[in-house]
Amino acid sequence: MVIDENAVDTAHFGLISIAFAIIPNAGQPLGVLDGIPVAVKDNFNTAGIETTCASNMLRGYISPYNATVVQKLLDQGAVLLGKTNLDEFAMGALGSDTGGSTRNPAAHCGVVGLKPTYGLISRHGLIPLVNSMDVPGILTRCVDDAALMLGSLAGHDPKDSTTVQDKFKPFELPNLTDVSQLSIGIPKEYHAPGLSSEILSLWSKAADLFRNAGAKVVEVSLPHTRYSIVCYHVLCTAEVASNMARFDGLEYGHRSDMNKSTESMYAATRREGFNDVVRGRILSGNYFLLKQNYEKYFIKAQKVRRLIANDFVKVFRSGVDVLLTPTTLSDAAPYMEFIKEDNRTRSAQDDILTQAANMAGLPAITVPTALSERGLPVGLQFIGRSFQEQQLLTVAKWFEKQVQFPVIQLEEVKRHDHSVFQHQKSSSFSYHRTC
Amino acid sequence: MFNFFAFGFFVRIWVSVQQKVSVEVLDHLEHLALVDFRDAEGVERLQKAIEFADQLHEVNTDGVEPMDSVLEDRCLYLREDDVTEGNCAKELLENAREKVEEYFVAPPGNIPLPKLGERETFLQGS
Repeated sequence: MVIDENAVDTAHFGLISIAFAIIPNAGQPLGVLDGIPVAVKDNFNTAGIETTCASNMLRGYISPYNATVVQKLLDQGAVLLGKTNLDEFAMGALGSDTGGSTRNPAAHCGVVGLKPTYGLISRHGLIPLVNSMDVPGILTRCVDDAALMLGSLAGHDPKDSTTVQDKFKPFELPNLTDVSQLSIGIPKEYHAPGLSSEILSLWSKAADLFRNAGAKVVEVSLPHTRYSIVCYHVLCTAEVASNMARFDGLEYGHRSDMNKSTESMYAATRREGFNDVVRGRILSGNYFLLKQNYEKYFIKAQKVRRLIANDFVKVFRSGVDVLLTPTTLSDAAPYMEFIKEDNRTRSAQDDILTQAANMAGLPAITVPTALSERGLPVGLQFIGRSFQEQQLLTVAKWFEKQVQFPVIQLEEVKRHDHSVFQHQKSSSFSYHRTC
Repeated sequence: MFNFFAFGFFVRIWVSVQQKVSVEVLDHLEHLALVDFRDAEGVERLQKAIEFADQLHEVNTDGVEPMDSVLEDRCLYLREDDVTEGNCAKELLENAREKVEEYFVAPPGNIPLPKLGERETFLQGS
C-alpha cells in the first residue's frame, strides 16, 4: 500500500508503526481482521477524528460517532491508518459507490473493487450523497480478501432501516474448477462509444476464456443502458439538493461570520463552504424538483430507473447467472489529460459502464485483468443477481486465478522513471500480502 | 423536400435555444437552495444540465410506475418505540460554533433574503 500525501488527508502516522508491530491483546486476535491496516474514505464518520468529505463545509468537524461499517472493522481488530481523500462530497471519486466510485478507481489501480447489493451493508454514518443508490464499497488486493471484508461488514443494522433483515452468513469462496454449469451474459450495449480497442479485445478474450472452459456464454441485451447516466444525473442532483440542505452552519461544520439574519447566514455559509460542482448540483436538483418540473424530470427519471432495473431482471430470469462487462472505457488518463474536461462530461464518460448496477441495486465487482500498452492496469466487471455475492465472488475468483494479473511493483516502476508517475512526489513503502 | 426538413430542423434548434431559464426562476432557485449562481458560468451550468436531462424524454415510459427504491418489495424494518440512546447533548454541542448553554445560537429569523433588485447578485445584470 502506498501513501501519497494527496491521497490521505488525515493520517494516523503513529498507528502506522503499531500496525506492523505486535498488537498486545493477551495473545488473542480480536477478529478476522486483527492487525490489518485499513484506510477509510473521508465521508464515513469516525469517532474523535475529523471527517470532512473533502469540503470546507465540514472542515474541523470531529465525528461524535463511528459509522457502523467503521465500528465493525474496529471490532474485528482492523487498524485505522487514515482517511482517504475524495472529490468534495464524493461527487466524483473513490470507497463508497454511488455511480462506480469504488469500481472505477479499483480498475485503474489494479485492485479488486466490490460494490455490494444495495441493502446489504449499513450506510449508518456514511454521509449520504444519493440515499437510494449509495453503498459502502470494498477495495482489496484479491477476491478472497473482498469476501473476508464483506463477511465482517454485511448484515442488518437496526440503525439503518434500508438494510435488509435477512440473516447474512459470511462465506469462504470455493475453488471452482468446473464452470460448465455457469451461464455468462455479455450485454451488447456495454460496447459503449469510446471503449478502447484494448479493452474490447480483453473483454472478448475473457468471454473466450469462459467458453473454452465449458461455460455457456451468451450475448444479451440491456436496452436502456445508455439512459442510465441521464437518469442518474436527475436523481442524483435531486437527492443531493435534499441531502445538502442540512449544511447551514448552525449545528456543525463551517459557519460564516455573516449574522444579519438566519437566511443570510445560511446563504453565506453555503457560499463559502461548497465548491462549484456541489453548488451546481444543488441548483440543478432544485430545478428538477420545482413543482412545474417534478413530473417532467424527477418522476420521469424514476420511471426510466424502473426500466433499467427491469432490463436486468429479464436477463437474469432468462437463465444468465452473471454478466461480464468492461469496467472502464480505457486505462487511467494522465493528470494533464484528466483536468481538461469539465466534471459532468468526465463522469458521463467514466461511469457509463458502472452506473446501471447502482440504478438496479445489483452487486458488481471489478477484477484486475491485464496491463494496458502504457503499463497501466485494466479491469473487467462482473455483475450478479441481488444478494448473490457468493456466486458473484466465486466466479470472480475463478477468473482472477485464470488471468494471473501481474501485481505492480511500484518501487521498480519509479526507479525506471516511468513518465506516468512523474507528477507524484510521494514517499512510499510497499506492503505485500499473499492471498 | 430537403428544404422542408431543413426548416423543421432549424425551428427545433431555435425553440430549444429560446427555452432559457428566466431570471425569475433563477432567482427563485437561489432563494430555495440558499446557494447562488455566482456568475454566468453557474447559469450556463444549469442550462447544460437541463439540456442533458431532456434526453430522458426520448424514452417511452407509458404505463411504467416510478421506482423510489430497489427494495420496494420488502417490508421496511421498524423498531420498537423505546428510547435506547441519547443524553449526548455535550458531544453534539461540541461541533457547533455559536452556542449558549444547551442552545445553538442563530442570528435573528423572520428576515427574508433581500429581493432581486435589492441585493448584490450576479443575476441583476442578466
